[in-house]
Amino acid sequence: MISLIRSIWLTFLHLFHKKETIQYPEEKVQLKPRYRGRIVLTRDPDGGERCVGCYLCAAACPVDCIALQATENEEGRRYPEFFRINFSRCIFCGFCEEACPTYAIQLIPDFEMAEYVRQNLVYEKEDLLINSQGKYPGYNYYKVAGLDAGVKGKGEGENEEPPIDRHSLLP
Amino acid sequence: MSETLTYWIVIIGILFVLLNVAALLIWVERRMLALWQDRLGPNRAGPLGLFIVLADTLKLFFKEDWTPPFADRNVFVMAPAVVVICVLLSFAVIPFAPNIQIVDLNIGLLFFLGMSSLGVYSIVLGGWASNNKYSLLGALRGASQMISYEVFMALSLMGVVMLTGSFSLHAIVEAQKNCWFILLQPVGFVIFFIAGIAETHRLPFDIPEAESELVAGFHSEYSGMKFGMFFIGEYLGITLISAITVALFFGGWLGPAFLPPIVWFIIKTTGFILFFILLRASLPRPRYDQLMEYGWKVLLPLSLLNLLVTGGIILLLNQP
Amino acid sequence: MDVFFYIAAAVAIISTVLVITRKHPVHALLYLIVSFLAVAIIFYQLGAPFVAALEIVLYAGAIVVLFIFVVMMLNLGKETSLQEKTWLNLSTWLLPGILASILLIELVYLINTQPNSTITIAEVDPKAVALSLFGPYLIGVELAAMLLMAGVIGAAHIGQRKKKYWHRFLQEDEQ
Repeated sequence: MISLIRSIWLTFLHLFHKKETIQYPEEKVQLKPRYRGRIVLTRDPDGGERCVGCYLCAAACPVDCIALQATENEEGRRYPEFFRINFSRCIFCGFCEEACPTYAIQLIPDFEMAEYVRQNLVYEKEDLLINSQGKYPGYNYYKVAGLDAGVKGKGEGENEEPPIDRHSLLP
Repeated sequence: MSETLTYWIVIIGILFVLLNVAALLIWVERRMLALWQDRLGPNRAGPLGLFIVLADTLKLFFKEDWTPPFADRNVFVMAPAVVVICVLLSFAVIPFAPNIQIVDLNIGLLFFLGMSSLGVYSIVLGGWASNNKYSLLGALRGASQMISYEVFMALSLMGVVMLTGSFSLHAIVEAQKNCWFILLQPVGFVIFFIAGIAETHRLPFDIPEAESELVAGFHSEYSGMKFGMFFIGEYLGITLISAITVALFFGGWLGPAFLPPIVWFIIKTTGFILFFILLRASLPRPRYDQLMEYGWKVLLPLSLLNLLVTGGIILLLNQP
Repeated sequence: MDVFFYIAAAVAIISTVLVITRKHPVHALLYLIVSFLAVAIIFYQLGAPFVAALEIVLYAGAIVVLFIFVVMMLNLGKETSLQEKTWLNLSTWLLPGILASILLIELVYLINTQPNSTITIAEVDPKAVALSLFGPYLIGVELAAMLLMAGVIGAAHIGQRKKKYWHRFLQEDEQ
């Protein structure tokens, strides 16, 4: 009986506590930098697309909302011909971000993407590709890759030794 | 002529005010519950979110009024009306102010008890006519809960009746001129209030509906305005129990003279309505057998003892 | 005021007839409630508001609820109403009906031939009821109380059940 009255009293005191509610449209919610929101495709420091069209994000996606087609330019650099994310399916799990070997696909702290028409939730590459390096500034995949795709010559990358002439290795 | 006119104005005025209060309580309850849970509650539509009442009512009106094909049609339609009729009829005997009372029956209190006991039918019939097992379980629980708690409710009120010597609510309020009955009958008040919560099947005694166990209990199959009737009936029931409590134990319209009597009555009643909502915010629901055990093994002996002691003291004081 | 009496009496009779003729037990009970309410109004008319209120609180409000409670749990469906139909054929009710109507005719005749057929209405307030209950009829009240006490104890005894242990670890050792 005493405990009941005590709990009634304590609940009553909550009348004077600070309210947790955030008055959303006027008052924005403070999101953490690692919040998993809208998915974007980032660019490397030189302004090139980071995505190499490896399909790992599409394979990792548990709801199959990512569709892309890889292609190659004349310098041998791979990039997606189209990149489509159906946000009406996306569950914002972040597996695509974890799967991405080049830090291209990233989830950013933004969730305000409501639409009246469901079709508008299908984002194409021009909607996804942003002019920013995202969470990993300064990272350029082709600088550390062994491949010559027009960014650097073979063997000129970071922590990369110049290519060895196989024939000179002969005893 | 003018007397009958004022009489009708009082009746229609009370009806109008009550229905509006019942609708307003939707907003009050949601706001207060929110505040007690550290939220803000509905505050968007209109000033302070007051138009939520309008939106809710409109929504209920425009919903499909679906009568399930497996239901017992006539009884199904009748059940929601019963609760509203019974509660509204009970308000006929409540003294809002010295001159604002629809009828001053000399069995006013018994009339209130009779109407509240007829209110059980809405739950029983609603649950039975729905032909749904959850509804039926809710109806069974509701019937046994309300019948049991009616007993203690009546018994706890008898102390007040003994002190006044009358069943008339007007006379009961008049008798509290010197001392409110809460001071003379604290046990009676506690038992009456607990029984009142059980009668209106409000949380924590909302066992007939118990949405975590029985979907929505006896009104699982109801929709549209028929559900709205149950909804309104519940809020009217809260208002009724609060008003009766005020009239019986807290001196009704009595209060310092700087405010008119009706205002005192409204202030006290509002306090009790808010207390009802506070109870909902703070207490968990007991199990069904706990509720019955508590009623029959604690409240019944306690109310009988209260009656005995009250009678004894009255006899002792009235001895020459 | 007489008009109200006759209306209430007519409602009472009609609803009681409907109680007998309804096939579905719950519907029959609903008409029984209406009948009780009509009887309560008649009591009120005759100057016994206390009895009227008790009629509603106890009979209409509590006892019929218990009836409905039981009937509800029996889950009586279409089969029972069919059964009821076969039971209620002409040969079963004709003879009792005739006998009862003979008695009814006699009753009406006797009432009509009574010299003083007007009912004197005397207001009986709750206090008078209480005084007579605890005065001249004290023994009746006490006998009823003893009967009720026996009923309560019996119910408590029947309702007792063995303590259930939900798990053997929670079981207390028997001394």
